[in-house]
Amino acid sequence: MASILAVDDSASMRQMVSFTLKGAGYDVVEAVDGSDALNKAKARKFDCVVTDVNMPNKDGITLIRDLRALPNYKFVPMLLLTTESGMDKKQQGKEAGATGWIVKPFNPDQLLKTISKVLG
Amino acid sequence: MSIDMAQFHQVFFEESFEGLDIMESGLLNLSPGEPDSEAINSIFRAAHSIKGGSGTFGFTEISDFTHVMETLMDEMRDGRRQITQTAVNLLLGSVDCLREMLFAVKEGKAIDAERVAEHKHALDLEQKNSGSSLQDESLPAHELLSGPAHQSASKVIGWHIAFSPHADLLKTGNDPVRMFRELSVLGELEVTADFRGVPDFYQIDPEECHLSWNLILKGDIGRGPIDEAFAWVEDDCDLAIQPLYQAEDLSLSASANRQQQPATESIVQAVISKPVDSSTAVIKEKAPGDEAKNKGSTSIRVDTSKIDTLINMVGELVITQSMLSLIGEHFDMSKQDQLKNGLAQLERHTRELQESVMNIRMMPINSVFSRFSRLVHDLSNKLGKKIDLKLIGEHTEVDKTVVELISDPLVHLVRNSLDHGIEMPDERIAVGKPETGTVSLEAYHRGGNIVIEVSDDGKGLDKDKLRAKAIEKGLLEEDAILTDKQTFELIFMPGFSTAEQLTDISGRGVGMDVVRRNIQALGGNIEIISELGKGSTISIHLPLTLAILDGQSIAVGDETYIVPLGSIIESLHIKEERINRVADKGETFLLRSEYLPIIRMHEIFKVPNVKTTKLSEGLLVVVEGQGVRCGLFVDDLLGQQQVVIKSLEANYRRIEGVSGATILGDGSVALILDIPGLVRLANQ
Repeated sequence: MASILAVDDSASMRQMVSFTLKGAGYDVVEAVDGSDALNKAKARKFDCVVTDVNMPNKDGITLIRDLRALPNYKFVPMLLLTTESGMDKKQQGKEAGATGWIVKPFNPDQLLKTISKVLG
Repeated sequence: MSIDMAQFHQVFFEESFEGLDIMESGLLNLSPGEPDSEAINSIFRAAHSIKGGSGTFGFTEISDFTHVMETLMDEMRDGRRQITQTAVNLLLGSVDCLREMLFAVKEGKAIDAERVAEHKHALDLEQKNSGSSLQDESLPAHELLSGPAHQSASKVIGWHIAFSPHADLLKTGNDPVRMFRELSVLGELEVTADFRGVPDFYQIDPEECHLSWNLILKGDIGRGPIDEAFAWVEDDCDLAIQPLYQAEDLSLSASANRQQQPATESIVQAVISKPVDSSTAVIKEKAPGDEAKNKGSTSIRVDTSKIDTLINMVGELVITQSMLSLIGEHFDMSKQDQLKNGLAQLERHTRELQESVMNIRMMPINSVFSRFSRLVHDLSNKLGKKIDLKLIGEHTEVDKTVVELISDPLVHLVRNSLDHGIEMPDERIAVGKPETGTVSLEAYHRGGNIVIEVSDDGKGLDKDKLRAKAIEKGLLEEDAILTDKQTFELIFMPGFSTAEQLTDISGRGVGMDVVRRNIQALGGNIEIISELGKGSTISIHLPLTLAILDGQSIAVGDETYIVPLGSIIESLHIKEERINRVADKGETFLLRSEYLPIIRMHEIFKVPNVKTTKLSEGLLVVVEGQGVRCGLFVDDLLGQQQVVIKSLEANYRRIEGVSGATILGDGSVALILDIPGLVRLANQ
């Protein structure tokens, strides 16, 4: 099954995302912030990255920019978890190379639907 | 989908309360007019997380409220809004309100809607004040969430979509095939690729997208879902979406397309016909549901390095164990040394394991200290005093239970310092002190104890006043002779208060004895040192952990008791000539010009079969508790050991003079002595 890197500094959101995705059979690894995620992404290749935007130690947008610069992550789908007030964040995210976004608040159904959209 | 979101609530509440603390301390450190972008960022981030979480977990009132706060802070962050003291105070108030809301939701109670509306209104007003136009951002969340409008497509029987991606579309991780798959779920999809943009083979950059597509999507489909499918790539492609009205047109163009590009179509259709979502059932199985919901708020956050140490320790233990069982398999006396070594190793590892397990329960006292910034900020405003709060040693680690229970007593002590200790600014200047008073909270380790000190540079305690007050209240004989220490101790007596005017801040003077009782309940003690005109220092000594105690076992008859090692000063043989007997009042022992009351253990606990009742034949264990020294008359000293404390209250009831019980190596039960309680018992 596809592997997913779930990045969020909020433990509850991270657990929710991770639990939902694991329940659907994905192989999920959690990271607590951007730099943690970058290290984990370098250590192995993930099929998809789902990241929060606002985080200490490297925000989600910088993370995506850094990941896109890695040869392994050129075409890997990367999704931003963003709030509705972050319209400009979506734009910044796109420019950094994000595949798309999931708007917070979302429920497990919406998350799985979006993930299956990029992973099949 | 049946994922029970309630299982994440616990974590959500924990981190939200943490977030509120971050916001609070951040706001307190924010100086008006000087935007410190990292500080504002961390406040904003905390609010943002709470908003995201509360929305996701269905607490819309909280997410709506946080949204308003967040908008205000966003403007501050971008420099669109000045940071004024009013705004900071308003946000602090909102943090309180938010905390109450979270509490209410956590406890399953109703949110105080009136209070929330009040705060929200104040925030709205503040926001309008700046004149910044953020209309669309302040829309309630749900209006923006509804996404693109679902237009009616009553006459429309399908859509024609011309999709030409820009060359770098693939570099965002988007894939046309996936989008087509998504569309194919909506209705019957026919895909035609346009190869005209593909360059010569040698010029093809495999990382770029050179194809364009014409799509026919048949069915009663609104525009919304189609827009949604392309939402992520809007800016990375040329897109034309047109409704189809006539069935003839549709079939014509479709059949034409089919003839042109049969190969492409079949490939795409093969891909898109895969089922998209088959995961629902799996998740239903795995959701742990109510179990998680019912778990109390008893979780603890542990540094991963501590867990690693623990795992490491367990590994060592396993190795030792297998070594020992190897020795045991073919044991003869020649292996005795090996066995001894193995047992020594086992002992060392068990001890290390115990230490690292205890270490897991340790958390920095910072979590208690940090809330005092706010308390001091609010109270000094209220009292019209100028006060600096100094926090020292806030990374000192303490047992989790201590952290939870020490908070209230500390609040009381700090309030006292602010209210009664520190003088008004003009008074301070008059006596040549700096206008701003200092209250410091300090934590450090000493021996097996943690010491927490609350000190101030205020007016200190007036011994004469204390004495007069105690006599007036009938707590003290008029001719009593007291040492300085004993005089200060008076403030811990029930019903004693020195403030001439009671205020709503430090209450009605019932506090200090309660504080002392709480500290004692934690197995600690409290002391005060004060100098008139210079200030006071209150020190709290607490055991590092409440679960394990270093004890000295003593024998009285057939019974074994444990005396906390920390309270033992010395043990000695009793010389007859040093004993003084006072008729009906008991016996004392002269130790270096100090008369110690002797407590005969066998009498207090009514133990039969004692070795001797003659003082000169037994031993005297000199102990100290709350500044009072006394000698315990016992049969024998047995040995020092660490004991695991079992609560007597939880299993039986509270007994004066006994703080708990433990199980000894031979399986028998020993009572752990509570020295101050024992002294009280002996005095009765």
